[in-house]
Amino acid sequence: MQMNMVSALNDALSIILKQDSKAVIFGEDVGKDGGVFRVTDGLQAKFGEDRVMDSPLAESGIIGAAIGMALAGLHPLPEIQFAGFMYLGFDQLVSHAARYRMRTRSTLKVPMIVRTPVSGGVRALEHHSESPEVLYAHAGGLIVVEPSGPYDAKGLLIAASKLEDPVVFLEPTKLYRLFKEDVPEGAYEVPIGKANVVKEGSKLTIVTYGTMVPVVKSVVESKKTDAEIIDLRTINPLDESTIVNSVKKTTRLLIVHEAPLSFGVGAEVAARVAEKAIYELEAPIMRVASPSFPYPDPGYERYYVPTEKKVAEAIDKILKD
Amino acid sequence: MFEGAIDYLQVLDEQGNVDQANFPKDLTDQKIVEMYKYMLFARALDAKMLSLQRQGRAATYAPLIGEEATQIGSAFAFRQQDVFVPNFRQHGVFLARGFPLDNFFIYWKGYEDGGKVPENFNGTAVCVPVASQMPHATGIAFALKHMNKDAAVISYVGDGGTSEGDFYEAINFAGVWKTPLVSIIENNQWAISVPRKDQSAAQTLAQKAFAAGIKGVQVDGNDLFAVYKAVSDAIASSKSGPTLIECVTYRMSMHTTSDDPTKYRTEEEVAEWKKRDPIARVKAYLVRKNLWNDEMEKQTGDEQLKKIDEAVENAEQFKPDPRSMYENVYSFMPDTLKAELDAATAANFWQ
Ligand SMILES: Cc1ncc(C[n+]2csc(CCOP(=O)(O)OP(=O)(O)O)c2C)c(N)n1
Ligand SMILES: [Mg+2]
Repeated sequence: MQMNMVSALNDALSIILKQDSKAVIFGEDVGKDGGVFRVTDGLQAKFGEDRVMDSPLAESGIIGAAIGMALAGLHPLPEIQFAGFMYLGFDQLVSHAARYRMRTRSTLKVPMIVRTPVSGGVRALEHHSESPEVLYAHAGGLIVVEPSGPYDAKGLLIAASKLEDPVVFLEPTKLYRLFKEDVPEGAYEVPIGKANVVKEGSKLTIVTYGTMVPVVKSVVESKKTDAEIIDLRTINPLDESTIVNSVKKTTRLLIVHEAPLSFGVGAEVAARVAEKAIYELEAPIMRVASPSFPYPDPGYERYYVPTEKKVAEAIDKILKD
Repeated sequence: MFEGAIDYLQVLDEQGNVDQANFPKDLTDQKIVEMYKYMLFARALDAKMLSLQRQGRAATYAPLIGEEATQIGSAFAFRQQDVFVPNFRQHGVFLARGFPLDNFFIYWKGYEDGGKVPENFNGTAVCVPVASQMPHATGIAFALKHMNKDAAVISYVGDGGTSEGDFYEAINFAGVWKTPLVSIIENNQWAISVPRKDQSAAQTLAQKAFAAGIKGVQVDGNDLFAVYKAVSDAIASSKSGPTLIECVTYRMSMHTTSDDPTKYRTEEEVAEWKKRDPIARVKAYLVRKNLWNDEMEKQTGDEQLKKIDEAVENAEQFKPDPRSMYENVYSFMPDTLKAELDAATAANFWQ
């Protein structure tokens, strides 16, 4: 069936609630309102207020309570309304969700999925356009997933629900309704920790994820670049072998993400390729990302988020070297 | 044994009758007329923002309609030296405190340039993360006291915001440090789609003051005089410690321009609150005292609209300079950021 990402996620949540009697969804406005992006629309009516409930406005409370529920045997799927407000629950994530298993030598675990919208391009107010994936990835102990389309979104969410680990599930706001795609009915899984080779190619490897996947695809298509496009899908743990094998084949690496350049996912990918394949490179590794400061107010975002032109320029340069 | 009760203050009822015993002595007729004009101004500004947003000429906007008494009543209680710490819906307070209208429109169009804080404005910036401004308010109040300044802080937070840890931490600090903080809870009954009753099992939000050991009072937030009195009294006593004031009002419109309230609340509820309109009540009072008439209303409306239209016009002339993003990150320009800026400038920001 043709679905946008919101419907695909809604469908996945519905399947999870049906299959897993321990699953509960809660967060700000997820009940009657169905979430500010309508990802949980209709779920409260379908599954009842015991399984899909509004919470008070408190992110540390939401994530902390989810950890408690998980420790007690439930499978919480809290929603944080925007990634920009998840910092209030950051301590709970990095100090507890990320560490409980290690702290107790796997006797206590925290199976939960924190879903939150990320990234910009939708003319939103301050704090509604953040791309904080690296903060969670860097913590260690948290699985960090970010789909770039409806098919992946549903399959990744269902796969994440099978894990015993805390998962930070990042949903690019811009892609929620940007396009539809064929999404199978019923349950299916897209594996966690496996990158997706979106398109094969031989001259250049482009590693990307989230909002930049459609941007990179569009540039590569219109320029007819012989590039291999890798969509990470899971940021932590990183699928290093898919990346390194591709770079060994193409000899060039460009990384594209919306999050700020400095200390980003690109730095990690570049470092790993440098460690494993530096002698196979024929050009310096390049990164295209947003500038190294916080996301601006919406009037400026067109000057901030990497444009197709910026990606195209980088492709030209790296192929020339 | 601890015992406590929360007083409820109303001075001007729905029909425009006044409780003389509680009528603030410094409220002259002239001042009331001035405040009334600002209530109209705030509502007109709100209507303009909504229409601009609908035309795609403004970013997301959180309307204030219905909350004019809480905002204007409190703003007029401020002394010049008092510091204003907003959340994101207090446009009426910005207006009454003299924030430049041009900048107001530039900001809500989506440019930080409109967020420049004028000298002597004595206020902080619009704060989007709910309640995160509250500890700042406490810190500012601490600083004022520490520096022996004769000033208080007046902060705003929503009913939803009182559920955040930052809210509790802020009033708790304020209690321990006895800071000159006047913390206003603008309880408009809704936090997006979540009603007040689902936000806290407490009967009033003002009673949260008890846990922090500070004064707490609940007022009719649609009553201009009650809000003015409660905030003035709290400012007057701020040297001896903080006060938490719950203003009971109502969000007459959508949460923001991205919200659809028909999904979660009834027309009847809205209609019920419309009867308690904060502006109608002051008007009834003024008209009865022969201080106001329809002609004055028309003239005031025209003047205000002219000011608003001029400001919108000026805001439309505003041209963003993307370099300003890079130049306002640090007090100096790091080499690595300079390199990013140079590349961006050379490529015309890849437009
Ligand atoms: C920390 C944080 N969490 C969530 C949000 C998203 N959000 C914006 S306003 C709002 C509701 C706020 O309700 P309330 O405090 O009552 O203020 P009101 O909007 O009614 O003025 C929410 C959940 C936010 N801005 N900040
Ligand atoms: Mg509210």
